[in-house]
Amino acid sequence: MWQCRYSKMEGKTLPRYEFSPLGDSGVMVKLGEVIDQLTHEQVILFCEYLQEHPFPGMIESVPGFTTVTVYYDPITLFDPLDDILPYDRAVAILEQMSQQISNTHSKEYRLVEIPVCYGGNFGPDLEVVAKQNGLSIEEVISIHSTTEYLVYMIGFAPGFPYLGGMDERLATPRRSSPRLSIPMGSVGIGGLQTGIYSIESPGGWQIIGRTPLRLFQAGESSPSLLCAGDKVRFRPISEREYENGEKVY
Amino acid sequence: MSIEVITPGLCTTVQDTGRFGFQQYGVSVSGVMDKQAVQIANMLVGNQQTDAVLELTMRGPSLLFHKDMLIAICGGDFKVTINDRSVLPNRAVWIRSGSILKFGLAKEGCRAYLAVAGGWDVPLVMGSRSTNLRASFGGFAGRMLAAGDKLVQSSPGSFSQFLANQLEKKAGAAPFYQANWFIPSNTFVKNGEAVVRVIQGEQFADFTKESRQSFFEQTFQVSTQSDRMGYRLTGPALELTQSMELISAAVTIGTIQVPPNGQPIILMADRQTIGGYPKIGYVPTIDLPIVAQLRPGEKIHFQEISLRDAQKALIERDSLMKAIKLGIEVTVGWR
Repeated sequence: MWQCRYSKMEGKTLPRYEFSPLGDSGVMVKLGEVIDQLTHEQVILFCEYLQEHPFPGMIESVPGFTTVTVYYDPITLFDPLDDILPYDRAVAILEQMSQQISNTHSKEYRLVEIPVCYGGNFGPDLEVVAKQNGLSIEEVISIHSTTEYLVYMIGFAPGFPYLGGMDERLATPRRSSPRLSIPMGSVGIGGLQTGIYSIESPGGWQIIGRTPLRLFQAGESSPSLLCAGDKVRFRPISEREYENGEKVY
Repeated sequence: MSIEVITPGLCTTVQDTGRFGFQQYGVSVSGVMDKQAVQIANMLVGNQQTDAVLELTMRGPSLLFHKDMLIAICGGDFKVTINDRSVLPNRAVWIRSGSILKFGLAKEGCRAYLAVAGGWDVPLVMGSRSTNLRASFGGFAGRMLAAGDKLVQSSPGSFSQFLANQLEKKAGAAPFYQANWFIPSNTFVKNGEAVVRVIQGEQFADFTKESRQSFFEQTFQVSTQSDRMGYRLTGPALELTQSMELISAAVTIGTIQVPPNGQPIILMADRQTIGGYPKIGYVPTIDLPIVAQLRPGEKIHFQEISLRDAQKALIERDSLMKAIKLGIEVTVGWR
């Protein structure tokens, strides 16, 4: 149902890493000031490095738009023989790691195709988005499904992707009163963003369609269909295709 | 089957120390709210720290035991009976099959924990037995317990069995027996008020001088809209010197974020993984159990603590916990 295509992603310049504490068990590493592709690539490279080289006491790392947050256990990082603060020790380790990530290191990315049944019962707000922007329904579908989106990070809900790259011609304000329940798989537009509700939840986005793919399935290895660093493209499908659609991945 | 739920209480869930490694996929950590209480409860029955317990909120459940079991109850002060006779918290209790353990309302505190020797046997989902209520997975069928649910106990370790045998002998024909030694617990919420320490957050300096002052000098009240996800507080509105659009990034347990209405929210166990509101501070790990036991309407005073002191305090508490564990083993003659 979805395809993978691989391309090269290359780190261009070595960013300046800024460290700050996130409570008493986290270090926030800032890799840039604005949301852009270059910073994002550095975030992905750093996360990948941490995944491959976890240090003793490291719990997990979480990519953000411009940050990587590293959670650690202060007790494991404490050595009774010295007076080094666990936070300082974590920063020293991360600082050293940042030197290891060479600026020629490159990463491959996946292109994930997501089938969407636009409009009808699955996309009750498709017309609103078209009207607001002076477009026809076909134009909205065409613009939305020809763009390649970048998954900056997963958050807000399990498997929920923060997508970048939506065409500004589709920008539509959120609904004035949020819906109490939006079905899983709903594809929506909120302001300048587009996204997919990965689980059923309340929400204020304009719903333009729905995918039969499951974006989140509790499980060990990859509970989320999408990962930070993936690229996404939507493919319009008919209601019939939706009904026959593959629900699992 | 080990126990059967007669009445479920207000919000009774299976939890352990949390689900780690999946925040990059948007999966909340979840886990128990009061880790200190759970650590002691698990120690009292000879468990590992990571074994799953039941977390009870405000009004506890009634449970029918279908098996002889070793249990311990810690955390908030609830009215607890076995076959209508009072039971004390913070100690190992042997309970005979056929008995009914009944939790009433919380007299003090908000959450109590029921640990059983071996822990509760629910499937491990992504490395944890914690319930993720929002996404409906983990724990017992991804939800709160309901009447008629049947829970199973994992097989207890050798120390747990040793302890259970001791208490069973002392019980004789009685339906239960509680150990005559206990781990004293501190209550940090006094007359509905608690002092909670705070490490300055990344945007602390971006709040007005008056707001920074009132944050530490005035009192905040826990709103009724508080739950396992976050504690919403009401109090003096905290204002930024200028409005700021932050780029969303990871948020941790204890993060005190301030949305545009100026009323702070302390993020707790079921928090989302990513947030974008200004962070005025962080409740250090050592004081999270205090927050976890506050109930709606109760009050918080914030007091500043440095990151250094917060981490030192955590390390000291870890040593104390290790000493308590050793103390238990010596007391019962295991060592």
